[in-house]
Amino acid sequence: MSEVLKTHDPLLGDGYSEEDFVFVQQGERLSDKAYKTTSYWRDVWSHFSKNKGALVGFVIIFIIALMAIIGPMISGHSYDTIIIEHQNLPPKIPGIFGGVERGIDVYASKGVTDVNYWFGTDYDGRDMFTRVWQGTRISLLVAFVAVIIDIVIGMSYGLISGYFGGKVDMIMQRFAEILNGIPTLVIVTLLGLVLPPGIASIIFALMITGWIGMARISRAEVLKLKESEYILASKTLGAKDFSIIFKDILPNIFGQLVIMAMFSIPNAIFTEAFLSFVGLGIQPPQASLGSLISDGYKSLTIHPYQIAAPVIVLALLMLSFNLFADGLRDAFDPSMKQM
Amino acid sequence: MSKYITKRVLVSLGTLIVIVFVLFLMLDKMPGSPFNDEKLTETQRALLYAKYGLDQPFFVRFWKYFTSMLKGDLGVSYVISKNKAVSELVKGPLWLSIRIGARAMALGTVLGLLLGIAAALNHNTWIDTLCSFISIIGVSVPSYVFALLLAYYIGFVLKLTPILYNSRNVAASMILPTIALAMFPTANISRFTRSEMIDVLNSEYILLVEAKGVRQSALIFRHALRNTLIPIITIMGPILVNLLTGSMVVEKVFGIPGIGMLMVQAIQNNDYNVVVACAFVYSAMYIAMMLIVDVLYGIIDPRIRVAKGSA
Repeated sequence: MSEVLKTHDPLLGDGYSEEDFVFVQQGERLSDKAYKTTSYWRDVWSHFSKNKGALVGFVIIFIIALMAIIGPMISGHSYDTIIIEHQNLPPKIPGIFGGVERGIDVYASKGVTDVNYWFGTDYDGRDMFTRVWQGTRISLLVAFVAVIIDIVIGMSYGLISGYFGGKVDMIMQRFAEILNGIPTLVIVTLLGLVLPPGIASIIFALMITGWIGMARISRAEVLKLKESEYILASKTLGAKDFSIIFKDILPNIFGQLVIMAMFSIPNAIFTEAFLSFVGLGIQPPQASLGSLISDGYKSLTIHPYQIAAPVIVLALLMLSFNLFADGLRDAFDPSMKQM
Repeated sequence: MSKYITKRVLVSLGTLIVIVFVLFLMLDKMPGSPFNDEKLTETQRALLYAKYGLDQPFFVRFWKYFTSMLKGDLGVSYVISKNKAVSELVKGPLWLSIRIGARAMALGTVLGLLLGIAAALNHNTWIDTLCSFISIIGVSVPSYVFALLLAYYIGFVLKLTPILYNSRNVAASMILPTIALAMFPTANISRFTRSEMIDVLNSEYILLVEAKGVRQSALIFRHALRNTLIPIITIMGPILVNLLTGSMVVEKVFGIPGIGMLMVQAIQNNDYNVVVACAFVYSAMYIAMMLIVDVLYGIIDPRIRVAKGSA
């Protein structure tokens, strides 16, 4: 090398001497830098954790779910004990809420000095704190069960319809199309009338229409995947149709379904709240967020605190689930990022 | 294209027939009867049943209803307003609901587009963040929560508008429901406009327009917005559906005598013909909207036409 440089190089031109050039990296061992491999889940997590909204959503969901579990236990009241003397007491938390409504200390005027109701009491003297978390518990339960059933039905339906194609697909798709043509609202309202009111009926009503979206997504994914080589390989090895559907295709579309499920949970919560709000859902003394809002609505102008707590919890819950689902979608598939 | 439209229209009609049948079946299974008056004796009730043809077998009744429906006759109301034709009874409430819905849609579209454009033009600034925040709240929080908040703060605390529907002051009564219902369309459209607009603004033809020295307003409204609008039609379907559902609850919150209110009332009174008519109206509106959105999208975007027409 150095000998080559000593010979005259026209490119060096005048004014430069050999000393102007310094050798670099001679003592180093050069190799490609080895980066740590990231697993799929670590990649998902790194995308997810960068999304502040999604993290906040997750934390709020976690807190609300936790309160839904432990709230009724720590309150020291039960959700259905009626104490007539304790009617319509405003919230009282020492240091935050004084239990004062329109300038009057209702607790003192009613002679209730030994208990503090954190969220106040309702028209029957039931503790709102317990009822709100009990209601959240039921709303979450209804939403989760309905969505899990939706996934199972919708996934199987879409997978079978998409995989077999032809006549099977035609008939199954027409059926789904017609069912999808009926507004959810009409189905849910009428089912609410025909079935005895209660949790099971609400879940059933949510289930009737909820699975169609899932079925559509899984069908579309199957249509994409079923022509791929690994399926062909599986077929050549003699795999049965159902083993291909559930062992080879299903794991590949499961992420999509989970995201879809996260988006349907707030929908289910909303539909349940809607049903209970129009009086077709959960019946007293049971409570759900919707029925609490419906009850509080009746005294909106007199005791606004009765509707405040369930409305805030409902709004926070729906907001967080949407934020969380958005984050999850972006994390699983950054190319789908919309916002 | 015509093949595609024909197919879609046929499926829609089929769906409507199925809906009428299902509605009839459900009402048949529903507990209670339209003639609940305790003073009625068994014979009187039987006479009433015979008078309205309710004593006949299910399929006979269905066929009779279905054929007269084709002639535009939806039967008579049994309970809510005795012997009045249902088509007359439904007309007024339906018109009121449509008026509120249309206003909410118009308000939501305009606000949504403006917010979306503002966010896209100020991409990654505080304006953008604010618009995103508004839209995520609008998408997530149900319309009746907004309705309750508006009713309490604007109607009750500030006393700017009537808190409940007032038939003597219809215009003022419609303000709050319209705003409550407009939240979802606003949020959804602004979200979509923003992401589409950012894409369009980064495209080469916009660079060319800019290079030619076109004014900013003309650039946005004449060149960029047009291409932004096409994909927005796809989200019109879900928005309209949400509007239909929302309207039923919002009507209850504000006590508006619309179609949702009528349906709830009819359900509570077992007024079969009115329930079927209301549910049918809801379904027909829903199906018609879906059909229009699909066909419109096919007309505007030729790629869809080709894909679906050949299938």
